[in-house]
Amino acid sequence: MVDYVFERHLSGGIHIPANKDTSTAQPIRRGFIPAKLVLPLRQHRGSPAEAIVQVGDRVLRGELIARAGPPPSAAVHASTSGWVRAIEDRLVLAGDGVQPSQCIVIETDGRDEREPPPAPWPAERAAQLERIRSAGLVGLGGAVFPTAEKLATPVPCKTLIVNGAECEPYISCDDMLMRERAADVVAGALLLTDLLAAPLCIIAIERDKQRAEEAIEEAAKAVNDPRLKLAEVPTIYPAGGERQLVELLTGDEVPGGHYPSEIGYVCQNVGTAFALLKLVRDGEPLLSRIVTVTGAGIREPQNVEALLGTPIAELVELCGGYNEGVLRLIAGGSMMGCALPDDEVPIGKASNCIIAATEAEVRIDPTEWPCIRCGDCAVVCPPRLLPQELLVAAHTADFQALNLFGLQDCIECGCCDVACPSHISLTERFRQAKRSLAMHDRQLKLADESEQRFERRERRIEEQRGRSASLIDRLKGEATDPDAREAAIRAAVERATQRRDRSADPE
Amino acid sequence: MRFEVAPAPHARALVGVPLVMRRVLYALVPAALCYIWFFGYGLLINFAVATAAALLTEATVLRLRGRGTRHALRDGSAFVTAALLAFALPPLVPAWIPALGSVVAIMLAKQLYGGLGKNLFNPAMVGYVFLLVSFPVEMTQWIPPRMGDIDYQHLSAVANLNYAFTGRLPAALDIDTLTRATPLDLVKEGLRSARTFDELRAGSLFGDFGGRGWEWVANLIAVGGLYLLYTGTIRWQIPVALLAGLLVPATGFYLVDASRYAAPGFHLFSGASMLAAFFIATDPVSAAATNRGRLIYGAGIGLLTYMIRTWGGYPDGVAFAVLLMNGAVPLIDRYTRPRIFGQS
Repeated sequence: MVDYVFERHLSGGIHIPANKDTSTAQPIRRGFIPAKLVLPLRQHRGSPAEAIVQVGDRVLRGELIARAGPPPSAAVHASTSGWVRAIEDRLVLAGDGVQPSQCIVIETDGRDEREPPPAPWPAERAAQLERIRSAGLVGLGGAVFPTAEKLATPVPCKTLIVNGAECEPYISCDDMLMRERAADVVAGALLLTDLLAAPLCIIAIERDKQRAEEAIEEAAKAVNDPRLKLAEVPTIYPAGGERQLVELLTGDEVPGGHYPSEIGYVCQNVGTAFALLKLVRDGEPLLSRIVTVTGAGIREPQNVEALLGTPIAELVELCGGYNEGVLRLIAGGSMMGCALPDDEVPIGKASNCIIAATEAEVRIDPTEWPCIRCGDCAVVCPPRLLPQELLVAAHTADFQALNLFGLQDCIECGCCDVACPSHISLTERFRQAKRSLAMHDRQLKLADESEQRFERRERRIEEQRGRSASLIDRLKGEATDPDAREAAIRAAVERATQRRDRSADPE
Repeated sequence: MRFEVAPAPHARALVGVPLVMRRVLYALVPAALCYIWFFGYGLLINFAVATAAALLTEATVLRLRGRGTRHALRDGSAFVTAALLAFALPPLVPAWIPALGSVVAIMLAKQLYGGLGKNLFNPAMVGYVFLLVSFPVEMTQWIPPRMGDIDYQHLSAVANLNYAFTGRLPAALDIDTLTRATPLDLVKEGLRSARTFDELRAGSLFGDFGGRGWEWVANLIAVGGLYLLYTGTIRWQIPVALLAGLLVPATGFYLVDASRYAAPGFHLFSGASMLAAFFIATDPVSAAATNRGRLIYGAGIGLLTYMIRTWGGYPDGVAFAVLLMNGAVPLIDRYTRPRIFGQS
């Protein structure tokens, strides 16, 4: 018997075609070893890892090749055996876009030789977290937040939410993982629950993933842990967003700029739970992830368990190559994914999905009508903003209004874009406005700092002036009073004698 | 391989402005057919003239403003303005009436504010009110509905056209024999001269609830409104609040004194109540943009309409009520902003 948690309220959201059926038609493809691996040292926000191998070195599967930098950061391991052929800058997907990063390029040898297994899983929590950190474990839902840091919560965790909602169109890697590895996912979820000492663990699955839900329910029944509950969440985007999921399952709202862990909730992706299980059970660091390769531009859409560092081009090759008319290559889902300039970019820890989209799938019509204030954007906005007001404020660069209307609370989910009948690129405008607002704030801060510096200088000059004035007064006093004058002359003669003595006697 | 780079989301929009405008026009079709059956072809002529004038004005002003015309003319908003104006005008008017109304609506109320999306006031209502206060004679020449009166005269499309463009009527007819007061007019004047509402309602111009013919047009306008609600083109807040804002005082006063105040059903199915609830007040540009704001805005229009009808100088008050509430929209929006997620 497994209990279900009932959904509460969800603000905003939008029903859009899921486009997941083509990629879930066949099982996850496993065991593919590409000819070349490109492993970026910077895979997420935070500091990059530091390479500890040299060109020409032979590396084994699971071998540490780059140490984690100062936190937040995550280590990098060789995903398979081979030789380091280069350490150079390449375009990668990191944090919030495509950017150059130093990468370790490995020529694989196809033998997939392993590192000897590490010491058994430690019993102490601090050592466990350290092991998770050095295994390079990060959130695999797309935000790639280092898992160890997320598990060190500021307040005791009330509820762990294991996120299997996967609401964004096209992505089906979590769905397939839950179908095929339900027992492992449940075991991983319980490991996370132990690590957090959480009294409750809810595995949340979107309503349209019936097969995944059945599999997870089966597995949950088998372990029969009273802490474990399931939840069906409505099929609406972005129900799987961290804040949205917390709202849906608990009714609590996490304010913008804060983490759910500050009010006692931790969200972890099902893929992360599975990766943790592999680390604990098999001692394997994070070397691969499941990637949905899909879109009308892919011949054989499917999910692939891809080694981290696999160039997208090789992955597409594996899936039958491109169809005619591919317009855009997207890393991530269609709503928040990042368009890639070329397919040499490697699969990273954040790459849950690769979409080769044709013209029919993306908006290419550049016609934009003026905002007609219909408010459809406000209806679908999950943080309950008024995008139409924000648009005006962004247009006039009214920073005060941007702050008042909650620009910083915008989660960039893209719902307003899809709802807008005027086809205005609202989300992109808001991203730009956030950048200008940050710049504006920085300038304000700089201005503030220079003002303070100026005031300090003025004070200093004033003080100096005061000191000189008192010295002059003293000297003037000595000049008029004969006794004081006598004393001053004596003191000066004394000083001069001492100086002479010192220079005459070098010791 | 290299690919095009564009910002997220990589998805097509669900609807476009032209589709929204087209849906509004589709939704008016049943009511228009009914209107034509009861009141002749005047509606069609007015719509055609108003549309031509609206497009011409829009193109001219856009040229003068140095803007492209093709894109703006394709958005369909001028058609909607013309259609609403045509529904508001008496069917039998000289053609310059709809033309002038369109020019004022598009030029003064829309383009001078910056064009689509920028106008504070509903353009069709500005055009209508301009005509109503400037040309009261032409604007009160309403004709009775088919089956309404014994001496009802049906005008052919040709005769209708002829009157619109030349001012000539078929022999043996003049405008005074053709036109009648509207039910709203009759009720207002009748109640003023101390006749009871039931007495007035017994007249041949009245149907079950509102004016004969009028109530059927109103019914079909409501059907069109339901289609707009169903397609998500409009949301329920404004229609519901508007009708409630009209019905609540109407019911209250009717219960207090049924002889001196018109029945709530009469208010609902007469004049432009339905048109206002589903088509005029729901114009997104000039309406409140928050959900709570829409309730206030709609209720305000309903209430003002009732007050103008009952105590004001005009038989119907919809246009004035809409314009007054349009002016209040910035204030309403300012004070009805929803609470941002996670903030207290």
